[in-house]
Amino acid sequence: MSMTLIKQFTGVVSRLILGGCLWLTMPTAFAAYGLNFQKPVTPVAQRILELHNMILIICLIIFVIVFSFMFYSIYAHRKSRGYKAAKFHDNTFLELVWTVIPFLILVGMAVPSTATLVDTYDTSKSDLTVKITGYQWKWKYDYPDQDISFFSTLATPRDQIENKAAKGEHYLLEVDNPIVLPVGKKVRFLVTANDVIHAWWVPQLGVKKDAIPGFINEIWARVDEPGVYRGQCAELCGQDHGFMPIVVNAVSPEDFTKWIAMQKDKAAAESAGGNKTWTKEELVEKGKKAYASTCAACHGPEGKGIPGVFPAIDGSKIASGPAEEHIKTVLNGRATGKFGAQMPPFAAQLSDTDVAAIVTFERNALGSNKTGDLIQPSQVKALRK
Amino acid sequence: MTTATAHHDEHHPSGISRWLMTTNHKDIGTLYLLFSLLMFFVGGSMALVIRAELFQPGLQIVTPHFFNQMTTMHALVMIFGVVMPAFVGFANWQIPMMIGAPDMALPRMNNWSFWILPFAFTLLLSTLFLQSQGGAPAGGWTLYPPLSVQGGIGTDFAILSIHMMGISSVLGAINVIATILNMRAPGMTLMKMPLFVWTWLITAYLLLAVMPVLAGAVTMLLTDRHFGTHFFNAAGGGDPVLFQHVFWFFGHPEVYILILPAFGLASQIIPTFARKPLFGYASMVYATASIAFLSFIVWAHHMFTVGLPLAGELFFMYATMLIAVPTGVKVFNWLSTMWRGSMTFETPMLFAIAFVFLFTIGGLSGLMLAIVPADFQYQDTYFVVAHFHYVLVSGAVFAILGGAYYWLPKWTGHMYSETLGKWHFWLSAIGFNLAFFPQHFLGLAGMPRRIPDYALQFTEFNQWSTVGAFILGFAQLIFVFLVIQTIRGGKKATSQVWEGAEGLEWTLTSPPPYHSFAVAPKIK
Repeated sequence: MSMTLIKQFTGVVSRLILGGCLWLTMPTAFAAYGLNFQKPVTPVAQRILELHNMILIICLIIFVIVFSFMFYSIYAHRKSRGYKAAKFHDNTFLELVWTVIPFLILVGMAVPSTATLVDTYDTSKSDLTVKITGYQWKWKYDYPDQDISFFSTLATPRDQIENKAAKGEHYLLEVDNPIVLPVGKKVRFLVTANDVIHAWWVPQLGVKKDAIPGFINEIWARVDEPGVYRGQCAELCGQDHGFMPIVVNAVSPEDFTKWIAMQKDKAAAESAGGNKTWTKEELVEKGKKAYASTCAACHGPEGKGIPGVFPAIDGSKIASGPAEEHIKTVLNGRATGKFGAQMPPFAAQLSDTDVAAIVTFERNALGSNKTGDLIQPSQVKALRK
Repeated sequence: MTTATAHHDEHHPSGISRWLMTTNHKDIGTLYLLFSLLMFFVGGSMALVIRAELFQPGLQIVTPHFFNQMTTMHALVMIFGVVMPAFVGFANWQIPMMIGAPDMALPRMNNWSFWILPFAFTLLLSTLFLQSQGGAPAGGWTLYPPLSVQGGIGTDFAILSIHMMGISSVLGAINVIATILNMRAPGMTLMKMPLFVWTWLITAYLLLAVMPVLAGAVTMLLTDRHFGTHFFNAAGGGDPVLFQHVFWFFGHPEVYILILPAFGLASQIIPTFARKPLFGYASMVYATASIAFLSFIVWAHHMFTVGLPLAGELFFMYATMLIAVPTGVKVFNWLSTMWRGSMTFETPMLFAIAFVFLFTIGGLSGLMLAIVPADFQYQDTYFVVAHFHYVLVSGAVFAILGGAYYWLPKWTGHMYSETLGKWHFWLSAIGFNLAFFPQHFLGLAGMPRRIPDYALQFTEFNQWSTVGAFILGFAQLIFVFLVIQTIRGGKKATSQVWEGAEGLEWTLTSPPPYHSFAVAPKIK
């Protein structure tokens, strides 16, 4: 039996069942109160919402009917009202009825569920491919056909999290570089991870897929409305699991083309920075930002680390010893054996300029570190393997 | 029947050595139940730390790392330290008295299986004091690698303590099976056994089947962590998802280990207070067995987002949905038992009715979670958190509390204070629903689980939830007070205790003699 046949059959049956439930869903406009799913913006998310509403309503009806019997019984069949207990203790017909009817209801639920599921698995004929990689604790987006690649990290300032500043409208759901998608195009996502398991979830897109190191999962979405859609990592991935949001910026295909061009210019400027000679102030300034988005998650905003889990940089041997060792640590990572977590290599994530800036910042302006060293991108380049 | 209890040797050591060296099923039952109560407060305090941190957005009380330790430890303590030992406590006290046996079949092993537990939990809880070495395990009770491979020494402690708990559970399960199959009084055929005994027999087989699987999974984790194996490391040719398959092959039957004895408890309590025999006894037994069988073929419904092939998703969706059929049969049977009964509403009955009502909410949300496309939206959100707390708190824990009230007069020989019991029940029921019902909405609106801080739109429901959790938590102090009060004195309980109570345990005095049924009773 072909896939399309299953699709057609289940499609028809599900429309019948959904239609029957539609009048029930009408008055339930509770989406506006944050009681139900966020407004769907892809066909799949829309179908999932309809499926969810249908199942929810069937469950509610069953619940109300079944328990109205219980509450009537509690009201009527009580000793205090002088009710005498009956003696019956089985009834084959009834027992058959309440085995068969639930089974039939389940079949009715399974049909539209199967149809929707088959749809979510169909990643063929996509217009665009984006590779999503989960890192502790940020996302990397690669557009292999456009040759674009960037990281996306939490943009909420630390002060807001620590209650030292008023929280913004999109508290914890804002990033520095959102993933940009063209509307009306079928986008295929290849989801994987670099360290531990994460899950890429944007509720309004109806997409949630685990990002597993060493494996690539596929999922797709076609966003129909331009807008900004927010999500979060959905699989526990360590201490900053709650701080690696996802922001999807859906734009018109024209704006998407412009954005691609802009990203390419940015990448060119970044690689040009690798050839220039920087002042210490410039590097410390740049390094402070790069430290906050790349290093602070483990080593802490002040470089103090977490005892027993992540080492401190403030006052550490590496940050006060020879600069070469320090640069190599950032590029190649480190396994001391003393700490549970291994520091991953950052050579592929950071440009020469970023590494130079981070190392200069860490050696001069982080905590009590004051070596006075100035590291140029060319020195980093020379140490790359 | 009572003449059989004429001669007893009541001698036993007194003081601490009575409890350390006891082989008496009643003493060991008491130890299990008190241990479970203690752990209930330990695990509950952790829950309150979690809820306090989540009272408002921002980080206020604990660091994210410690928050993750709390969620991990809360689950491990509540599952392995509270619900499972409580059921074993009930089994120890009740199974011999319900089947007319003088004691458990393997009394010395019984002592050992209890005394492993305090050591296992000392090991597990000690990790909280190792904060400078990374503290307690923080990768979730599911211990998914590679995250759990990153953890500090606390993870190793947890693995070893899970091994100890597993040994304790397996020994307990062997004892239950040996007792039920060999020591029933003459005439007590299998299909005459009280339903609590039946559910425990089936649970014991589940334990035997899956605890070794968990032991295997965590051992592979241990060797991955320290001995250079790569079972779960893709870079070394392993597969992180393999762990999830093995873990949930244990984990799903485990869910039923945590609920089947609760079904048994409800099936004892409801007929007593409805003054009417249990409806559909045989179908209850078959439904329990079907649920146990199905529990082995639904494990991957915990993994719908890991990227299973379509055929796999479909199989596990259909199999999971099927569980609704036998579970529905049980609920209908309980309601039919109540129907046209002559009901009274003492505390055990209140807990049992709340169990049926609230467990069904958890059951229906479970059915929703089985629907794979919808699960993509529910997976790892507060909807799941709400679901499993409806099943495990208002399911397992409420049934345990109901069972405790039901048999407390039998065990202590005193009636408990019905007024305090009702206060305990209503505060627990209100606190529980306030804590967990709003979490359904949080999950649907998009709040992931296991996060220490959240976006602003989730604030209000989180605040309700925290208030509810504190009401639920502090209401349990009433129970502790009530138990101590009942042990120390109170109105004398009769042998039958409850007007509608039927079964062998109610033919014994309250409290029963230290050695009961030394001569087997005759079953009509």
